[in-house]
Amino acid sequence: MATRARPLSPHLGIWRWRVHMLVSILHRITGDGLAIGGALLLLWWLVAAATGSDAYAGFLAIASSWLGHVILVGLTWAVFQHMLSGLRHLAMDTGWGYGLATSRLTAILTILGSLALTGLVWALILYI
Amino acid sequence: MLGGTEIGRVRGLGAAKAGVHHWWQQRVTAVANLALVVWFIASLARLPNYDYGTVTEWLRQPIVAVPMLLFIVSVFWHLRLGLQVLIEDYVSGGARVAALVALNFFAIAGAAVGVLCVLKIALG
Repeated sequence: MATRARPLSPHLGIWRWRVHMLVSILHRITGDGLAIGGALLLLWWLVAAATGSDAYAGFLAIASSWLGHVILVGLTWAVFQHMLSGLRHLAMDTGWGYGLATSRLTAILTILGSLALTGLVWALILYI
Repeated sequence: MLGGTEIGRVRGLGAAKAGVHHWWQQRVTAVANLALVVWFIASLARLPNYDYGTVTEWLRQPIVAVPMLLFIVSVFWHLRLGLQVLIEDYVSGGARVAALVALNFFAIAGAAVGVLCVLKIALG
């Protein structure tokens, strides 16, 4: 489309690494990962349940394997990371939280929160 | 963008029509997702097990089937908006058009499949 080279921004290579950058790109990675992987897994689960007990047993055998657990724990973390980062976005949409210290703190809290919530949910599923 | 009629030049100044709509819908579905995803994960975590009978009996209840249907619609709507941004950022030209059409097919077909499955279990 462009007939000549246009200036590109931001120049990712020239910035010092900050936790805000990690949370920003994680929001995109987790969101788009859930949009494809999470959505397909949800549909697989629903189709299997709607098809019958044999189809569902096939799903459950894979979902309850160690690889299935790794994927499900990863998706759970992705949901919580995207959810908490999304809440941070909603707060920032109101104009709140742009100060350097505040935005750094909220970025760190999304990471700690997503790990804690993932651990809590899987403790509930596996041990209670 | 310099040629054309005056109205054509004004229209070429930006996309401040559908863009605001997209932005707002993304926020509205985000808030809906927040409630529905928390409900979904909390409900699944509280199920005693995940075998066929437990899950279908659970989905058969109207108090589960209704939020499940809303969950599917809200999630697929939100992911359609989100993947659109990804495509617009990284894909250009004719491939962008093809990717956006494929995205719409995926989102609408996926939601239709999910809704049908829940209805089949709930009403079947």
